[in-house]
Amino acid sequence: MSRRDALLQLLTLALVVAGVGWLIANVADNLDRQNIASGFGFLNERAGFGISQTLIDYDEDDNYRQVLIIGLLNTLLVSVLGIIFASILGFLLGVGRLSRNWLISKIAMVYIEIFRNVPLLLQIMFWYFGVLRNLPSPRQAINVGDVMFLSNRGFALPSVTFLDGAGSYGLALLAIIATAIGLRRRARKLFLTTGRMVAFWKPLGLVSVALLLAAGGLAGVPFEANIPALRGFNFRGGMSVIPEFVALLLALSLYTAAFIAEIVRAGILSVDQGQREAAAALGLSHNRALSLVVIPQSLRVIIPPLTSQYLNLTKNSSLAVAIAYPDIVSVFAGTTLTQVGQAIEIIFITMMVYLILSLLTSWAMNRYNARIALVGQS
Amino acid sequence: MKKLVEIFAASAALTLLTLVPLRAAEDTLQVVKQRGYVKCGVSQGLPGFSNPDDKGNWNGIDVDLCRAVAAAVFGTDEKVKFTPLSAKERFTALQSGEVDLLARNTTWSMHRDTALGVDFTGVNYYDGQGFMVRAELGITSTKELDGASLCTNLGTTTELNAADYFRTHNMQYEMVAFEKADEAVSAYNTGRCDAYTTDQSALYAQRLKLTDPKAHIVLPQIISKEPLGPVVRQGDDQWGDIVRWSHNAMLNAEELGVTSSNVEAMKSSSNPSVKRLLGLDGSFGANMGISNNWAYHIIRTVGNYAETFERNVGKDTPLGIARGVNALWKDGGLQYAPPIR
Amino acid sequence: MSATWQPKPARPAPTHVVGVWGWMRQNLFATPSDVLLTMIAALALYYAIDVVLHWAILDASFSGSDRTACLKDVQGACWPFIDAKFGQFIYGRYPDAERWRVDLVYLIGFVGLVPLLMPRIGWKRANVIFMLGLFPIFAFVMLTGGAFGLVPVETTDWGGLLVTLVVAITGIVASLPLGILLALGRRSQMSIVRSLCIGFIEIFRGVPLITVLFMASVMLPLFLPDGVNFDKLMRCLIGVALFSSAYMAEVIRGGLQAIPKGQYEAAAALGLGYWRVTGLVVLPQALKMVIPGIVNTFIGLFKDTTLVLIVGLFDLLGIVQFHFTDASWATPETHITGYVFAAFVFWVFCFAMSRYSIFMENRLSTDRD
Repeated sequence: MSRRDALLQLLTLALVVAGVGWLIANVADNLDRQNIASGFGFLNERAGFGISQTLIDYDEDDNYRQVLIIGLLNTLLVSVLGIIFASILGFLLGVGRLSRNWLISKIAMVYIEIFRNVPLLLQIMFWYFGVLRNLPSPRQAINVGDVMFLSNRGFALPSVTFLDGAGSYGLALLAIIATAIGLRRRARKLFLTTGRMVAFWKPLGLVSVALLLAAGGLAGVPFEANIPALRGFNFRGGMSVIPEFVALLLALSLYTAAFIAEIVRAGILSVDQGQREAAAALGLSHNRALSLVVIPQSLRVIIPPLTSQYLNLTKNSSLAVAIAYPDIVSVFAGTTLTQVGQAIEIIFITMMVYLILSLLTSWAMNRYNARIALVGQS
Repeated sequence: MKKLVEIFAASAALTLLTLVPLRAAEDTLQVVKQRGYVKCGVSQGLPGFSNPDDKGNWNGIDVDLCRAVAAAVFGTDEKVKFTPLSAKERFTALQSGEVDLLARNTTWSMHRDTALGVDFTGVNYYDGQGFMVRAELGITSTKELDGASLCTNLGTTTELNAADYFRTHNMQYEMVAFEKADEAVSAYNTGRCDAYTTDQSALYAQRLKLTDPKAHIVLPQIISKEPLGPVVRQGDDQWGDIVRWSHNAMLNAEELGVTSSNVEAMKSSSNPSVKRLLGLDGSFGANMGISNNWAYHIIRTVGNYAETFERNVGKDTPLGIARGVNALWKDGGLQYAPPIR
Repeated sequence: MSATWQPKPARPAPTHVVGVWGWMRQNLFATPSDVLLTMIAALALYYAIDVVLHWAILDASFSGSDRTACLKDVQGACWPFIDAKFGQFIYGRYPDAERWRVDLVYLIGFVGLVPLLMPRIGWKRANVIFMLGLFPIFAFVMLTGGAFGLVPVETTDWGGLLVTLVVAITGIVASLPLGILLALGRRSQMSIVRSLCIGFIEIFRGVPLITVLFMASVMLPLFLPDGVNFDKLMRCLIGVALFSSAYMAEVIRGGLQAIPKGQYEAAAALGLGYWRVTGLVVLPQALKMVIPGIVNTFIGLFKDTTLVLIVGLFDLLGIVQFHFTDASWATPETHITGYVFAAFVFWVFCFAMSRYSIFMENRLSTDRD
């Protein structure tokens, strides 16, 4: 590096340091003048407000750290479910777009063009105020078999409480999964060495029944069903899915699915035509050729842009603040920020959370990408 | 040669940065006088307190207070601009100087007075938190709200007070908190919530925006104290005095029977209190840095407290709120202004 | 025996292969499962079109001056609501008498933009300087007023489509130069510059736009010295510009990476320094290559402008939502009509831009080959 470059770098650094120093001086001055507290001590203070959806126990006496965790869990819940639904729908649409059936292909195209070009916030509000408007009030809720109720307060579903002894069922379940993995490994090894294909459903079924019976013998039936019932204003008991969650999940899934569909389409089109012809020459039907030959190869092209769509979905879940879904932006960078007033610390924490989520998702997808990459191809 | 030019440019940039003053003058009155109008922070649309009509003209009790301050400083109530602010950004806007004062139906609480770098200069409306429910439910008391869903505004004292109230009475609730008041009202309107909770005066105001106002009732119980008042930045006592005494002038005027219609005639009154109020005696205005007949201008353009109350939220308006605790102390209410002397 | 052999005249192709029926057999009814799919799809389509037709046209109201126009028994869309509020949707609370200024800005912007988008028209450099330099200044002066005898109009009065376009266009115009600098910095040999650029890009790409807007509207005043304050629109513009410049930097980086090394070497052989090479040789080629990427970023930005309603600005969606609270138009269909209208406006803009992006992509791929 030449002396000139070194000098320029030092100057840039000096400028940046001076700039940041000036900003920090301003901030310190402003905070001091306005008597605003600083530091992260507020995390230990009592929150004092209620949250409409909490995946873990929470009441108003808990501190703001609990609020942060609950917001984070809500964000993760809607993001993970959104990724799953969007991927499924997106794949179906992408494949449908390439279907030989003209009607299916055109319908998929219309769906993609509509849902891609309308802003996500608009879609979220449409579903929320559209869903809200049309569902009946709890007193006239739609009744499904007397165990499930649909109203504008959400879906009231039956839930299961685990009593003492349910642990043995958990252990049994883990044992069944371990057995399944072991049996599958054995079957693969057998196939690779001898060429014999062995189905392992029968032994797996026998083992599962045996384990469950054992657990039942030990613990009885330690489950209790909670059926929701209308008491007063709302349904109590059971599990309740709030309409804000449904609207957000629906909008995120439908919106991101349109983008995933285009990525899947580009991925499938990128597979050489020769692969399809070879599969046809082998006598594979169109659908089997697609699922066994084309799509596995197209995954290499699909995964990188798919990763960025997953990241976008996670970030877009922050729009929950517009419809009162208690995600991290809504309860932490919304209510807590207004109550406590320490904007810098709170927004810093919120941004760090999203950055870490982005990094984790990228890392996980990159590992999957590396596994399916062609050896020798970069 | 080029190297020298680069070094010179960089150092010039650095020096310029350090020359920018870190603190500007701390004198709101000077700034306002120089600018030529008062910048007032108001709500995003609350009938009776601060609400724009179709042409963009603002009306309301808080609006009238801002106009009174403008009249005190400039002699006319026209020199004021209104900035609608959400609950989240109202204090930041005041702290940063985007507005000179906040008249945004803000509750005076200790935390806000001490930890946010702002000062409350009085109470222009004594209020309390209440609940609005559908009339058809047949509810008459807030104690019957066990298990209800509540719609409210995100990050307000309302959220905390409701939580405290329900806990104290061992009742369950579901809190649905929206960023904007309009969204909360809309959700209540479509039946997402059983009750809408905010300051009682705002309940009456928001009821007007519902599809069928008559189908909703405001429950009589008040669950908290909500003294609403104007807010200014901490550290600028002179400006704080002007805002405080603008409100007090309107109260004193009502006490002495001075209205916008008789203020001219009252100029020739022999009552020494009236003379002091209208600036014919003493130099009270000059002590605050404004003209001595500041109160005269206020009453002439905006009126006294009774007039602004009746005009905006009184019994002849759609809100129809009685004076109640906002009556003068003489009439059994809480509005009590120190004397002008 | 005739001298040349005449083949028999060709018979027409079987009816089940040609014509409409042939096409349908091939594309709609090829296999039994296809037939089933087609029937289900056709049924769903018929149902969907029926609902939309009824809602938008057959059961809709088209004229009226308040909510009574939209309270029929079987009510579709409430178009009079859109009609009554149309001015507000396009201009916000901009004073009636001054709306000609907004119209003038729209017109000149359109007139300046169209030649820029058509590859065949020349004078590109002058056009770019006009659109990126002169037009923003002109628009700013026109819209805010206060000079040249124009009545000042506060940014709090701007609303609707005006704010959407202002935020989107300012975002793009500001993020282009910033994005170029960031992309160049990211590829720089100087490690400090490179680290700073990478840090900036990764941070702004990793956080949601709403947190950047919150940061801009709530935190920015704390970063500035006392007395200096930007109004709300300006703060949002700063947040949006910083956010989109990170995405723009990645798009431009893709273009820079695609320039063959030979270009750099040839320019160096000619004796050009770093900035000359970048400005005269590399950037023109790189930018031209990533025009589809830039347009796609713009489409994303255009849709993201709706987020400013969360921080209190009234863009198109925000102002439509605001007018839902107008009691004189409160009907069950008002909300849906408003949302559909806003969705339609956004859809028209975004669809047109995406078509343009595809057009440019096709054009460029044929160019290079």
